[in-house]
Amino acid sequence: MSEEREPPPLPGAAQTVFPEPQDAEDLFVSAASAMESPEAACLSAEDISPSSNGPRDDDPDDLFAEATEEVSLDSPERQPILSDGPSPAITPVTPVMISPRVDVFDRSPDQDEDEEENRDTFDIQISVSDPEKVGDGMNAYMVYKVTTKTSLSIFSRDEVCVKRRFSDFLGLYSKLASKYMHMGYIVPPAPEKSIVGMTKVKVGKEDLSSVEFVEKRRSALERYLLRTVKHPALLKDPDVLQFLESSELPRAVSTQALSGAGILRMVNKAADAVNKMTIKMNESDAWFEEKQQQFENLDVQLRKLHASVESLVCHRKELSVNTASFAKSAAMLGNSEDHTALSRALSQLAEVEEKIDQLHQDQSYADFYLISELLGDYVRLITAVKGVFDQRMKAWAKWQDAQVMLQRKREAEAKLQYANKPDKLQQATDEIREWEGKVQQGERDFEQISKNIRREVGRFEKDRVKDFRVVIIKYLESLVHTQQQLIKYWEAFLPEAKAIA
Amino acid sequence: MTSISEDSDKEKMRSVSVDLNNDASLVIDIPDALCERDKVKFTVHTKTTLSSFQKPEFSVPRQHEDFIWLHDTIVETEEYAGFIIPPAPPKPDFEGPREKMHKLGEGESSMTKEEYAKMKQELEAEYLAVFKKTVQVHEVFLQRLSSHPMFRKDRNFQIFLEYDQDLSVRRKNAKEMFGGFFKNMVKSADEVLISGVKEVDEFFEQEKNFLLDYSIKIKDATAKAEKMTRSHKIADDYNHISGALNNTAADNNTAFKKHLEKCAEVFEKLRKVEDRMASDQELKLTELLRYYTRDIQAAKDLLYRRARALADYENSNKALDKARLKGKDVAQAEENQKQCLQKFDKLSESGKKELTSFKARRVVAFRKNLIEMTELEIKHAKNSVSLLQGSIEILKSN
Repeated sequence: MSEEREPPPLPGAAQTVFPEPQDAEDLFVSAASAMESPEAACLSAEDISPSSNGPRDDDPDDLFAEATEEVSLDSPERQPILSDGPSPAITPVTPVMISPRVDVFDRSPDQDEDEEENRDTFDIQISVSDPEKVGDGMNAYMVYKVTTKTSLSIFSRDEVCVKRRFSDFLGLYSKLASKYMHMGYIVPPAPEKSIVGMTKVKVGKEDLSSVEFVEKRRSALERYLLRTVKHPALLKDPDVLQFLESSELPRAVSTQALSGAGILRMVNKAADAVNKMTIKMNESDAWFEEKQQQFENLDVQLRKLHASVESLVCHRKELSVNTASFAKSAAMLGNSEDHTALSRALSQLAEVEEKIDQLHQDQSYADFYLISELLGDYVRLITAVKGVFDQRMKAWAKWQDAQVMLQRKREAEAKLQYANKPDKLQQATDEIREWEGKVQQGERDFEQISKNIRREVGRFEKDRVKDFRVVIIKYLESLVHTQQQLIKYWEAFLPEAKAIA
Repeated sequence: MTSISEDSDKEKMRSVSVDLNNDASLVIDIPDALCERDKVKFTVHTKTTLSSFQKPEFSVPRQHEDFIWLHDTIVETEEYAGFIIPPAPPKPDFEGPREKMHKLGEGESSMTKEEYAKMKQELEAEYLAVFKKTVQVHEVFLQRLSSHPMFRKDRNFQIFLEYDQDLSVRRKNAKEMFGGFFKNMVKSADEVLISGVKEVDEFFEQEKNFLLDYSIKIKDATAKAEKMTRSHKIADDYNHISGALNNTAADNNTAFKKHLEKCAEVFEKLRKVEDRMASDQELKLTELLRYYTRDIQAAKDLLYRRARALADYENSNKALDKARLKGKDVAQAEENQKQCLQKFDKLSESGKKELTSFKARRVVAFRKNLIEMTELEIKHAKNSVSLLQGSIEILKSN
């Protein structure tokens, strides 16, 4: 079942699936020590301030002594405002990573792919349940219970229960996106906000539509978490662990649409869009070009399929309602009928139709939760995939810009040599060295992100095929069940009809 | 222009009314019909051993309006006041398929070739279904007449069957004569009169109560059944899904591609089954209810006429008393009263017979249709199950 387009085997002996900063050796050395107490790291999750955006602040200096780039990650200014942007155009963060957990990840990426099928080490179950309304009026919100059952050692307990609200999930996604997306990781997107849906719940309408809305959201949140932990890198992320384990989570205010962060996000998105249009990348790798086209096509196709399935759900619901109303009418008719046997048969018919209406309704839920929601999730995932390709483009642009800058600095130095200004010359030489470093870094980053994307896309494709296969079969089985029930009901009715004399 | 020819499952089609056409002395059917734009031309074919007809076998073309004319003349014939007059067939209604055709034309650009061809096929099938239904309902009307001992002898009925020229001239004359006045009056007054009259006869009292209530309930049931069968258009969605899956399949690698294509095929087949399920339900259940709504109305009309006769009789009694008081025109008043009583008794007698046989007919028709519908639903559901299970096997092993 292997994909025809396997990403080429990753070069070198890098026994980790994570991108490394240039100080691979340093990272491992200090990582090994930090790793002795994974539990400790977890439990100290409570101490991690909301402003920690990147890697674990517990070992900032050891790991990232040589870390280049603009902003110090510990700076207090890096408040929620900046840390939650999905792709901060202003201050790109160095590709730094939490230390790989060698106990789980001592296999090569290639092996990783093959063993994905028998992932007995991937033993984690997450469920989102028991939605509860907290508070009143427009300040009310829903709180969900998140239960994690696992045997993985990175978790402090076998079973943890925490309470989370919707904005907590959004906050988690925000953090993960800003940490990993620019490295080419496909970060599963969180469920979408719904002002209409939530307002109804807040206002306290206990009707069917708000109950359905809450159920839809609960299910979406559960799928979101499961997808997130399925990603080998994200599973280890301290923010994820904190989310799943710690009883108190600082409120992610920056996820609100109209907060300062929200507005900044919108600005960034616009900037990104402009950049996308202006960056003209020389694609040297046909694989990327092909894949991008493929994902564009897939996007269109999935949306169309999704629309068709949504229409199916809608029609089935309608059919269910109409069948119920007919059932009532048939019962009335049966009551009115003065021929006893026919009267009884009509009443039976009414009962059968009532059962059938329930059947239609159940089937429409299956239509929805099995297929429609999955398609919706994948449409959003594909947007994340496309985003990751864009990140690669940005990395390329940065690299090119660095090269241009280096060239300029070299020219400037040459000029200075003629002009014979020794003090300025020294500065120029320093600058050249600086920019040489940046060019090297840019190239490395670009290659790294390309490598990551290949791997991520491979994993994504595999998961996608598997997901769809499983869901299709489940769905067809649900259809079989419905039809079998139909047979049962009608076969029970047949003797009644024949008994009319 | 669409036409149907001798249909071998016509036996099954002729479902709503039963026990018809088993008298070989007068056999009527509609073997053929043409559809031109809005008008449907039925070919009415008669085989008879009766000497009152000129030939033993003949066919004439008739339009829907001709059937209405025939129905109206029978309604307005005094002698038939004591009979349940078979309800007139409803006007052929191609609104549904026409709307769909319109939508198809509009959406042509947004669909793939295959989808378009499929929808066109569906549209044609729907058109054909409406067509078959309207032929059936016109046929049943004639057969009810031919199997009734009195109606089959009706002069206008014979003209309708035999007259090989256009009936439209006769139709116009009839309209001028009666002007539809009587019919309109019946429609508005029957409820009030029927319920207002004091009923002495136990049988009619029961029938009256039953029919009044039943007609409301069956009208409602028909409407709800129509809504239900109309909304059974899941087949359309399966069609779109199948198309979308095929598109997605085109782009994928081989193993998954086959998987998706198989899936698309499943939905395509399911669509056909769902279609049949919906149309069979419509034919057996909804058409049945529709027909009997009209028939119940015809029964109510009979009750009305009888109630009217009773009212006339009571009036004639009063007139007789008045005449006796005044001492003038007594003989005339007596004669009038006698006639009214006769008419009323005749109506009551034949009315009783008609209503009893009506109930029997109704029960048999419901039984037949409910059984047939149930058997068909079971058959289709079993087909679906075997289709789905077969596909699941293939998909799992892939």
